[in-house]
Formats: sequence, structure tokens, C-alpha cells
Amino acid sequence: MSEIAATHASHEHHQELGFIRTYIFSLDHKMIGRQFLFMGLLMIIVGGLLAMLVRWQLAWPETPVPGLGFVPEPYIYPGEHGGGIIPPQTYNALFTMHATIMIFFVVMPIMVGTFGNFLIPLMIGTRDMAFPKLNMLSFWVGAIATVVMLSSFFVPGGPAAGGWTSYAPLSARAQYTGVELGQDLWIISLLILGVSSLMGSINYITTIINMRAPGMTYFRMPLTVWSLFVTAILLLLALPVLTAALAMLLFDRVAGTSFFLPEGGGQPLLWQHMFWFFGHPEVYILVLPAMGVTSEILSTFSRKPIFGYHAMAFSMIAIAFLSWIVWGHHMFISGMNPLLGTAFMMTTMVIAVPSAIKVFNWLGTLWGGTIRLTSPMLFALGFVSNFLIGGLSGVFMASTPVDIFIHDTYYIVAHFHYVVAGIVFALFAAVYYWFPKMFGRTMNEPLAKIHFVLTYIFFNGAFFPMHFLGVAGHMRRIYNPTQYEFLLPLQHWNVFITVSALLLGASQFFFLFNFIWSLIAGKKADRNPWQANTLEWSAPTPPPHGNFEVQPVVYRGPYEYSSPEVKEDWLPQDKNLGVTAAARAH
Amino acid sequence: MMQWLPEDVSTFGQEIDSLFYLIYYITAATFILVTVLMVVFLIKYRDRGDRRATYSHGNTTLEIIWTIIPAVILIVLAFMSASTWAKVKRHVPDTDFEVGVMAKQFNWEISYPGADGKLGTDDDVKFDNDLHVPVHKPIRLVLGARDVIHSFFIPNMRFKQDAVPGRQIIAWFEGTKPGKYELPCAELCGFGHSGMKGWLYVQTPDEYKKWADENLTAKPQ
Repeated sequence: MSEIAATHASHEHHQELGFIRTYIFSLDHKMIGRQFLFMGLLMIIVGGLLAMLVRWQLAWPETPVPGLGFVPEPYIYPGEHGGGIIPPQTYNALFTMHATIMIFFVVMPIMVGTFGNFLIPLMIGTRDMAFPKLNMLSFWVGAIATVVMLSSFFVPGGPAAGGWTSYAPLSARAQYTGVELGQDLWIISLLILGVSSLMGSINYITTIINMRAPGMTYFRMPLTVWSLFVTAILLLLALPVLTAALAMLLFDRVAGTSFFLPEGGGQPLLWQHMFWFFGHPEVYILVLPAMGVTSEILSTFSRKPIFGYHAMAFSMIAIAFLSWIVWGHHMFISGMNPLLGTAFMMTTMVIAVPSAIKVFNWLGTLWGGTIRLTSPMLFALGFVSNFLIGGLSGVFMASTPVDIFIHDTYYIVAHFHYVVAGIVFALFAAVYYWFPKMFGRTMNEPLAKIHFVLTYIFFNGAFFPMHFLGVAGHMRRIYNPTQYEFLLPLQHWNVFITVSALLLGASQFFFLFNFIWSLIAGKKADRNPWQANTLEWSAPTPPPHGNFEVQPVVYRGPYEYSSPEVKEDWLPQDKNLGVTAAARAH
Repeated sequence: MMQWLPEDVSTFGQEIDSLFYLIYYITAATFILVTVLMVVFLIKYRDRGDRRATYSHGNTTLEIIWTIIPAVILIVLAFMSASTWAKVKRHVPDTDFEVGVMAKQFNWEISYPGADGKLGTDDDVKFDNDLHVPVHKPIRLVLGARDVIHSFFIPNMRFKQDAVPGRQIIAWFEGTKPGKYELPCAELCGFGHSGMKGWLYVQTPDEYKKWADENLTAKPQ
């Protein structure tokens, strides 16, 4: 009782907070989640525009980009090209920064930062994160990392241009790329971001282990929470390796060490081993929350329990475990001992199994449902469709002999865009699904559906033909494909891809407009607009400080849709049927 | 997709390509199966307000089946791949034809043994970006890099191997058809990466001998 009283006291105390403590240095997990969302959405615009420039160059090499003549020469535009033509050095910087921003400053802040923060306390039925101050710090440290990364666009020599993988020695010595400060800032920014992610992951893990509502056992947690839990563990264990590698790279650049430089006794492949030891778990850090969200939404809108809940949870754990022993599949051609390549091929083939289980279980969830094709559902189905293609194309490169040919070609680019850019479908699904809870208003459904149809068509138009290019041997990261005779007959695909990509970009205005308009003038949302079971829908909309009016008690799993126990086709986790039955008897 | 793979002119390419096609058929069948089921379910089980969804938490038998089938297929694929991989990358056939490749920003420096018949000595004969080899003869490549990592890629030869500074990597291929084949760098190596390329000339023994007589000090055996 006294605890509840204390909650109320702190609740009222929070209400008096001023603007700065409410909107800027907020300790409320929901506000921090929204902050991550706005940051991520701003950065997706930056990352997307960079991709458009990359695509322009590939379709119409060395022609002026409309409207880009004004960019000042010495910075983003080194060399005598000018006039809106992208020089090679800038091109390398463009794709490097596109990937870096999309991975570290869009997908991570939104999928992990936003939905982790917003959903974990609400879904497990608690008032806030375990460490609210750490949580606030995590966002603001992340914001500093973002500013540092963006500032590298404006330093002499331009931003990092060694690829997001920053292979040493290319990245380890300024003379090899011509990028001085830009690469240092890239390293420093990711070092800072690592601190932010570590704080976040510790918070997630602690909160999930210690603060679940009464009755919320591990196997009653929504799969979204499971996915974020596993993701946080991966982050906690993977990021220190990246941090170590980045620190070594920085020392090689500025302090005269030779960790990765052969002339000083260093080993270039050491960077690749360290980078991918982090980098492969990173792929699952990005994709696991998308899988969790997809499971959530497919079950809700099929009005059916998720097919094989335990298999879904265990397959995520299996993926997480296996993700530590597959990193070598990025290095089959690197000069690593070929026997090691064979070993990594075996583990890589094995990790495809839990991924396959997930796809089949999603199909099983649809089977026999009463499917409602709402905008979140459409986007979740889009994610499944993309993940299917991305997962299957991964089998090609898992096979070491096939990888000899397709490694470092557009086949790889196609593959990881189907997986990683495919996550954007889960991201949109999640935004459309939880927007009413986050902002108390509803997004416009017809606009959302148009957004889905256009995004789905142009996404596939942009990324599917990349398979054709890759199979023909089209290398990735080349500035001008028309320099190669064997690629000349394929140039029309590059044009097709670019047109699709530009249209894909333009289609996002439907989202942008809908998002902003709904924020201001969207229809007020009900507490549980989707008739969903999980605890966040039991809280008021939008949830106040402290989230719940009374501490929820959990009686069952999260996906009891169409249960024979009740008349409705949903049965919230915290609904006490005993009491309801007693009430009915009266 | 079949016609998109470039012509194969190597001895091991057939095996690589058939693995590619095998995986292509398996994944295409899976893709069609899952997509068709998904579309059928979306149409058949659309909510028309006239029925309640099936209350089911899963089916253990089904789940075991769709765990075991992909697992078996993938493991078989892995073993098939392992033997081809061993042939291509782990066992270099005996040959007396050795060429050095030193990758640097942004050229392939090709070296043939000089009068002493040995690579890596002062009398090596060097060329920029042009590699001449006889057909039907295993070619042993000694790959190195001077500055950053490059990747020696011959699409028609199904050959790709990174060249790593500080390391000497031994690789091989054997051409089956005379011709001129492009030889791009496949690993980002700096602002001149794009356009870093050379040409591989696979020549008949006579043509090769003629070229070697004119250009190399050591006569080919």
C-alpha cells in the first residue's frame, strides 16, 4: 500500500516538471523513446538522401546531380569536378556514411532505442526503466554521437570514405583515403555511441529481469520483449569488441601504433576478425527486434495465438548464440585459412535453421486466422516477404564456393538490403501500430495503405534487380560501372534501380505527411484501438508518468486471441476472468 | 536468372556454377512455396466477420518437420560445398607456371620470373595490369599487396582472392578457353578503386610462346 502511495506522490511530483525536464532532459522512458524516434526519423532522411546521390552516380555516372551545384567545394566536394558532379572520393564517402547512418543512427535508435524504451516497461507492466537517469544519459550520449558523426561532413577532406566496414589499412592511414579528420570523427562518434548503447542495454536487461509485473513470467512476455531482451544481451557482449577495435584503429591513426598496419608488424585481418565478431551479432541486433514486432503484429491482426510461442523465443536465443560463431563468413575470400572458411560455412548453414523456423511459424500464425489487413499488418507482412528473400539469398553466400564469385558484388548488396533495409518495414509496422499509444492520436489509415503499396513496389524495384547485377559480377562500391566492359550491357538495370530508388524515396512523403499531420491533428485514440492483449493497451492513452492506474497483474500469455474462454476475440493479459465471472453472476 | 552468370572459362567453374544453380532451385522452390501459401492464407482467412479464428498455439509435429527438413538440406549443401571449396582454395595443383601479383593503389603489378626462373628476384619481368597465361595450364598466383587490401577478381574465371599487405597468398586457376577477360579489383581500396582493373589474356600455347619470346627473358618451358 505504502508503495502505491509513494508512486502517487512521485507521480504528482513529476507533473510539476517544467518544459526542459519534460521534453528535453526527461527521465520518462516514453519521452526518451519518442526522442529516439525523432532522432532516428531525422537521420533516415539524411541516410536516404545519401543513398539517392549514390544511386544517381551509378545510373548516370559523372553527370551533374540536379540542385547540387551549390555545395561548397573544399568540403563535400573535393577536387576540380564541381558543378554538381560527384567526384570518386565523395562517392566513397557517400556510401560509407549512408551505411553508417542507416545502421547506427536509424535502425538502432528506432528499433532498439525507441521501441525498447517505450515498450519494455509498458509491456512488462512496470512504471519505468530500472535506471531512468542512465536512460536519459543513454539518449543524450547518443545525440552527441550523432552530432559528431554529422559534423564530419563539414571538415576538410570530408567524412569517412573507407566503407562502413572501414577495413584496415585503408582506414588506418590518412594517406590511403585522403580523409584525415573525417575518419577520426567517424571512429570517435561510434565509440561514443557504443557507450550510449551499453547504458541502454544494461537498463533493458535489468528492467526485464527485475521489474516484471506480478504473474509476468518469462514465458508470458510478449515476443517483442523477448526480442529486445536477447538484443540487449547481444549489444552488451558485442559492443565492447567493436569499441576495442575502434580504439586500436584510432591509435593506429593518431598515436603511431601498428595493430593493423603490416609495416609495423600489425595484421590487417585482425581488424576484420574483430569488426565482424561484433558485426555479425550486430545484424541480429538489428533484425531481432523487427522479428519480435512482426510476431506481435501478425498475431494481433490474425486474431490468433502466435504459432509456436516457445519455438519463437528459443529460436531467437539460438540465433543469438549462433551469431557469435559465424563472423568468418564475411571473410571467406580474405586470405583467412580456407579450412576455417569450411568451419564457418557449417555454422552459417546452421543459423539459417532458426530463421527458417520463424518464417514457417509466421505462416502458421496466419493459417486459420481472421486476418485484418490494417497498415501495421501490411508492413509486418512486407517484412516477412523481404526477410524471406534476404534469408534465402543468404544461402548462396553461405556456400563458400558460390561466395567466391558473389562476394563483394551487388548480390551481397541485394542480400543485406533485403534483410537490413527490410527492417524498415517492421519499423513502419511498429510506428503505425504503436503511434496511438505513443502520441494519443491515430494515423490516417488510407494514407498509410498507399504508403505501404508504393513502398513495397519500389523497394522490390530498387533491390531485386541488384541480384541480377551481382550474378553478372557487378562489384559493389565502384564509382562508375561504365568503366568496365563486362558491365556495360547491364547499365539499364542500374538506371532501373535508381528510378525505383528515387520513387521509393518520394513515396516516403506519404509517411512524413501522415506522421506530422497525425501528431497535430490526428483523431484522438482509444485506450486499445487494435483490441490487443498486451499490457501497454491496458494503460491510458497516452500513458501518464508511472504508466498504469493500478499495478497490472498478469494471468496469461500475450497472444490469447480467439480464446474459447471469452466472447470477444481478444483476452488481455491482465484480465481477471475469475472476477469477471463473479461480476456476471450478479 | 540463369543467363546472368557470365561465361565460365575455368576448370573449377562448372562445379561452382552447378552449386549455384542447385541452391537457386532449392531457394526458388522455397520462395514460391512460402509466398503462395502466404497469399492463399491472406485471401482464404481474411476477416469477413463470419467466423472465429482457430484457437491454436501451434503443432509440434509440424514444427519438428519444418526444422528438420531445412536442417538436412542445409547440411547436405554445406558438405557438397566443402568438397568444391577444398578443390578450389585448399589444394593448389602441381604446376611449373608461377606468376606474381602485387596489388597497389590502383594497379595490378604482374611479375614473371626472370632469367633465374624464380619469382621475387631482381630480374623479374614486370607488367602493369596485363596478365598473359597459356590455356589448359594450372597457373599458380603469388598474391601480395603494397598498401591496402585489394581483391583480385576474374569473373569469367570464377576467381576471387583478396590481396593483403604483409601477407603472401597462394592461389590458382586454370583457363579452358583462350580469350581476353576483365580483371577488376573487388575490394574498396581508395578513391581510385573504381577503374582499377587489368586484363587476363588466356592464350593458346603457340600464341603464349610467341608473346613470352617477345616479352620475357626466361623462355617458357
